Amino acid sequence: MSDTPMEAAPFAEKAPDAPVRVLSEGLASWLLVSPLAILLAIFLVIPISVIVTVSFWGYNEWDFYPDFTFENYEYLLTSAVTFDTYVKTFSYVLMAWAFTAAIGFAVAYFLAFHVRSTVWQVALFLVCTVPFWTSNIIRMISWIPFLGRNGLANEVLLQAGLIETPLEFLLFSDFAVVLAFVHLYTLFMVVPIFNSMMRIDRSLIEAARDNGASPFQILTNVILPLSKPGLMIGSIFVVTLVMGDFITVRFMSGSQSASVGRIIQNEIALLQYPAAAASAVVLLITVLIMIAVMLRLVDIRKEL
Amino acid sequence: MDRTETKGVSRRALLKGTAAVGAAAVGSGVIGAPMIWAQNIKDVTLRQFGTGVSNLNEVAEKVKEDLGFTLQMTALDSDSVTQRAATQPKSFDIADIEYWICKKVWGAGNLQAMDVSRIENYDKIVGIFKSGKLTPESTIAQGTAPHSVGFVPEPGARAFADEQTNWMTLIPTIYNADTLGIRPDLIGRPINNWSELLNPEFKGKASILDISAIGIMDMAMVCESMGEIQYGDKGNMTQEEIDKTIAIFIEAKRAGQFRAFWKSFDESVNLMASGEVVIQSMWSPAITAVKSKGIPCVYQPLEEGYRSWGGGLGLSANLSGLELDAAYEYINWYLSGWVGGFLMRQGYYSAVPETSKLFMSENEWGYWFEGKEATEVITNPQGSPMAQVGEVRDGGSFEERMGRVACWNAVMDENKYMVRKWNEFIAA
Repeated sequence: MSDTPMEAAPFAEKAPDAPVRVLSEGLASWLLVSPLAILLAIFLVIPISVIVTVSFWGYNEWDFYPDFTFENYEYLLTSAVTFDTYVKTFSYVLMAWAFTAAIGFAVAYFLAFHVRSTVWQVALFLVCTVPFWTSNIIRMISWIPFLGRNGLANEVLLQAGLIETPLEFLLFSDFAVVLAFVHLYTLFMVVPIFNSMMRIDRSLIEAARDNGASPFQILTNVILPLSKPGLMIGSIFVVTLVMGDFITVRFMSGSQSASVGRIIQNEIALLQYPAAAASAVVLLITVLIMIAVMLRLVDIRKEL
Repeated sequence: MDRTETKGVSRRALLKGTAAVGAAAVGSGVIGAPMIWAQNIKDVTLRQFGTGVSNLNEVAEKVKEDLGFTLQMTALDSDSVTQRAATQPKSFDIADIEYWICKKVWGAGNLQAMDVSRIENYDKIVGIFKSGKLTPESTIAQGTAPHSVGFVPEPGARAFADEQTNWMTLIPTIYNADTLGIRPDLIGRPINNWSELLNPEFKGKASILDISAIGIMDMAMVCESMGEIQYGDKGNMTQEEIDKTIAIFIEAKRAGQFRAFWKSFDESVNLMASGEVVIQSMWSPAITAVKSKGIPCVYQPLEEGYRSWGGGLGLSANLSGLELDAAYEYINWYLSGWVGGFLMRQGYYSAVPETSKLFMSENEWGYWFEGKEATEVITNPQGSPMAQVGEVRDGGSFEERMGRVACWNAVMDENKYMVRKWNEFIAA
C-alpha cells in the first residue's frame, strides 16, 4: 500500500489541474479486493461447494437426489480400485515429474548460461514453445501411429537390424503414457526454471569460481538452490496436470490403465454424479496436501 | 430500398412455402396415405439426438425434401445419449436411443408413449419388436429384448407392459446382430467360437470395448463359449456370475492378452486397420470402414450366436400440438421405406423390411437381406464399393443372422455392482 502514493505522485505533477479524489483507505482496499473476491466466489467457491454437497447425495440409474449419505465415500475409501488407481496415478506423477524436471532443468540451464546473446536466448526460448501451437490432443495422438507395432519407430529399428520382432511396449503401455506426459508438460518446467535462472546474479557464480569451486560444485551449490523456486512452480504445474489427467492415460494406455481422472470420467458418463463428486473431492484434497507439502519445501514467496 | 427488400423476402418465403407443400404432396403420394398439412408445418423444427449410427445428415436433408420441416441432428456416443435422455428433457424433441438405454431412462419420465393407432406401418414391423419372436417358432433371446421394454400399459406409465398394447415407448428403427471382427489375413485359420478372443495365440492382439454395459455381454459370450460359466441370463447376471466373468478377464488382461480397449467407433477401426489388433468386439459399420481401406476384415459369424442391439425413436414428453403431429409424420415417414433402404445398404436392418425393399435394387436386397451372391458390385449410399460380384454377406440372410441372436444388449438389475467390477477390470 505504501508504494501507491509514490507512484501516483509523478502523474499528479503532470496534470496539476485534475482533481485528485482521495478515497478512504478502507473503502479503497475493499474496492481493490472485491473483483478478485467476486470472481473467486463465483467460479471457485460456489462450484466447489456444489461438488461437495452433491458428493453426499444418492443416485440411481437415471437420477440423483438430495440425501445425506456416506455411501459414496465409504465405497471410494474402502475399494481396492481406488487404492490401485491412486498408486498408478502417483507412479505416473513421479515418473513424469522426474523426467520433466531433469529435462526442463537441462534446457533452462543451457538457455540461461550457455547462450550468451539475449536475442538468441529469446529466439531459442520461442522455439521451445513451438509445439504449443498445435493442440494438446493432436500432439499426443500423433505418437500413436509412430509408436505402433507397424509404426515408424519399429520399422526403423527393424530395418537397422537392432531388433528382430517389433517392440510391443512402445505403445499402449506405461512407457507410452509417461512419454506423452513428458512431451506435453516439459515446457511447464522450462519456463519457470529459466525465469529463476535468469535472476541469478552472475557475480555469485564468479565469486564461487574465484573461491575454487568446480563447475559441478557451482551447479549443485549455487545454481540449483537458487533455481528452486522455479523448479517448485514447474513441479506444481506438472503434478496437478498429471494428477487430474484422463485423456492422455486413456489414449496412450489404450484404455488399459486407470487414473483417478478416468474413474471420475467414467462415473460421469454413467450418470453417477454423486460418486464422481466424491471422487473429485478426494482428488482435490489429495492434490492440496501434495501442494502444501511442496510449498513447505521451498518458500516461493520469499524467494521470488 | 426497404420496400423492395421486404417484398423480395416475402416472395421468396412464398416460393419456399409452395415448394414445401409440393414436396409434401409428393411425399404423401409415395407413402400412399393422406396427410393433412397445416400450412405452418414447415416452420416446425424437430431436434433429434442419438448415436452416430442413424443420426445421418442425409436423413435430415430428405426430411426437409419430403416433409418440409427441419430436423436438427446431434450425434453423440452412447454414454452421452443416455445422459441427455435422462437429464436434459428440454434439449430434444426426438430421442434416437437403444432399447437398453430406454430401459434405463424411461423411469425418468422424459419420454412420452406413442399411440400405435397413429403408426401406419405398425402391422409390418418385424415380430422381434412386438412379440419378441422373429418367427412364431423362435425362442426369445436373453438380455433386454426390445419387446420387453417396447410397450407401456397406458400413457404416463413408468413401468413396462408385458405384452403389446396401444402405447409404444420407442418406434423401432434399426437393429443388427453383432459379433467379433477378425483380420483373416493375419489369423490365417477359421475362427468359429467366441472363446477365441481369449486364445493365447492372439496374446497382445485382442481387444474388447470399454463400454461396460456392452462389454460385459461380449465377456459373457466368451466365458460361456469357453465352458467356464453357465449363465442363467447373460443380460441379467447375478453378482456371483459378474465376479467370475470379471475374474477371468482380469487374469487374461494381466497375462497381456489385450493390446488396448476401445470406446469409440474410430478407435476400433484404427486398431484393426493398423494391425495392432487381429480379433476384437466390433460393430458392423467399423468392419465396413476397415474394408473400405482395402484391408481384409470379416464380421465373423460364431457358433454361439450373436449379441444383438436395436434402436428406436422416442418422443420427448414436452412435445405437443403441431410439433407432436410433425413428429408422428416423421415417424410414419421413417417407416415408409426410404430411410430403411438407406440404412440397409450400410448393413443394418430396418424395422419394416417390406417397405425398405421398395427403395433397394434386386441385387441390393438379395445381398443385404436374403444373403445371396451379389450379381453386381454392391456400393454403400455414398457410392464406395462394399462387395464384389459373387461375394455373400458375412453370416448370410436376415433370418440366419437375426434368428441366431443369443442375447440382447441389456441393463442388469445389478448394474451398479457390475460397473464397479468393470472399473476393477480397467484398473487391474
